[in-house]
Amino acid sequence: MNLLSYFLGHPREVWTLTLEHLWLTGISVVLAVLVGLPLGVGIARRPALARVVLGAVNSVHVIPSLALFGFLFAVPWIGDRAPRMAILALSLYALLPILRNVCAGILGVDPAVVEAGRGLGLTPAQLLVRVELPLALGVIVAGIRVAVVLAVGIATIAAAIGAGGLGELIFRGLAMVNQSLIFAGALPAALLALLADLALGGLEAMLRRRV
Amino acid sequence: MCAAASSVPVISFRAASYRLPQGPTLLEPLSLEIHAGTTLVLLGRSGAGKTTTLKLANRLLPASAGDVLVEGKSVSEWDPIRLRRQMGYAIQDVGLFPHYTVERNIGLLPAVEGWPQQRIRQRVRELMALVGLDASLTRRLPRELSGGQRQRVGVARALALDPPVLLMDEPFGALDPLTRAELQAEFARLQQRLGKTVVLVTHDLREALLLGTEIALFDSGRLAGRYSPASFLSTQDALAAGFRQAFALGESPGRP
Repeated sequence: MNLLSYFLGHPREVWTLTLEHLWLTGISVVLAVLVGLPLGVGIARRPALARVVLGAVNSVHVIPSLALFGFLFAVPWIGDRAPRMAILALSLYALLPILRNVCAGILGVDPAVVEAGRGLGLTPAQLLVRVELPLALGVIVAGIRVAVVLAVGIATIAAAIGAGGLGELIFRGLAMVNQSLIFAGALPAALLALLADLALGGLEAMLRRRV
Repeated sequence: MCAAASSVPVISFRAASYRLPQGPTLLEPLSLEIHAGTTLVLLGRSGAGKTTTLKLANRLLPASAGDVLVEGKSVSEWDPIRLRRQMGYAIQDVGLFPHYTVERNIGLLPAVEGWPQQRIRQRVRELMALVGLDASLTRRLPRELSGGQRQRVGVARALALDPPVLLMDEPFGALDPLTRAELQAEFARLQQRLGKTVVLVTHDLREALLLGTEIALFDSGRLAGRYSPASFLSTQDALAAGFRQAFALGESPGRP
């Protein structure tokens, strides 16, 4: 059987599911960045807090993703709609690499530069926005890159709870033992991950070269 | 000495000491006054408490006991941001912002103070000329400069808001001997022109003698003596004599 037959035969369906997949991962990573950036800056300032927060966020990764999707049924509002559950679960997974890299990026800024900034009379906010964040940006983008690739992969499992995305083709293919169907879901998912990795990798290299 | 100028010291340490929380004492109670327009050199070997003293003055470190007054007011009563912007700060590793051009490094404080663009650009040009930086370097990044040029940018940046006081922590420390001598001489001329109050940390005796109005000698966290450059060369004090010998000044050096 030709692996590409379903992929080529149903371009509209594959396209729709790819967009759905992109939407699920996109929203999730944006949410993870919105939470991870301030939280990462916060824990960079307090090493004691960093251990607790990173430990807690890390523990999410211990839960098998299929089970995590399932657990969220019980959460009010979130459990009402499958995409909500999927987005929350994916955000939780995406949070760790972002959080860790924001923290590492801020702590990695040359202490002499930070001290000069303080000594010259920059306020903590000015120091953060004008010095620390710009200098940490390469490392932060590297974290977002890992988060995106992770989320694109795990999002295929979200189809198990009916959240849509390319996982639908894969699960259907598994049920019907139809490799062409599995391939029609796996190929675009792999391409998405690859493209995101290349694009963010390029951005990261550009930012790091600047410093 | 002019009585009016020396009535209120610009910086005054009053039994100020510093110890790490549950740790060793880095600076024993220190009393010292710095008067307007003078250059006080803090001289001593590494770990003698010079840098700690400097950081007490702009409150990068809080005194554990005693007090530090700036223009008669305790540093704990100053808004730390205003205090630091009154005191230009230049350090050994320069700490230039690596992602900013020369122009933006020097113009950062004026920018955060809300100066208009035109005035910032003019101030940067002025300062670059003052510290001997060619205008063609305006858009360079710090990594595209030589060590000497970086130090000049560091000094220009510290002078950006025209602060009455300059705090300098081995500002010429990382330079080769020739460039260092050149910058020291230039800074001495600059200081004569600007008349700032300067506190300069160094372990280089030649630098201390060239730039200092007064030399405060530090040893293991303690102020060990205060000298004019001339009296430093003639004192019998063993520590001072040790410094002279190390730099082969005023004593017959024991050559191998």
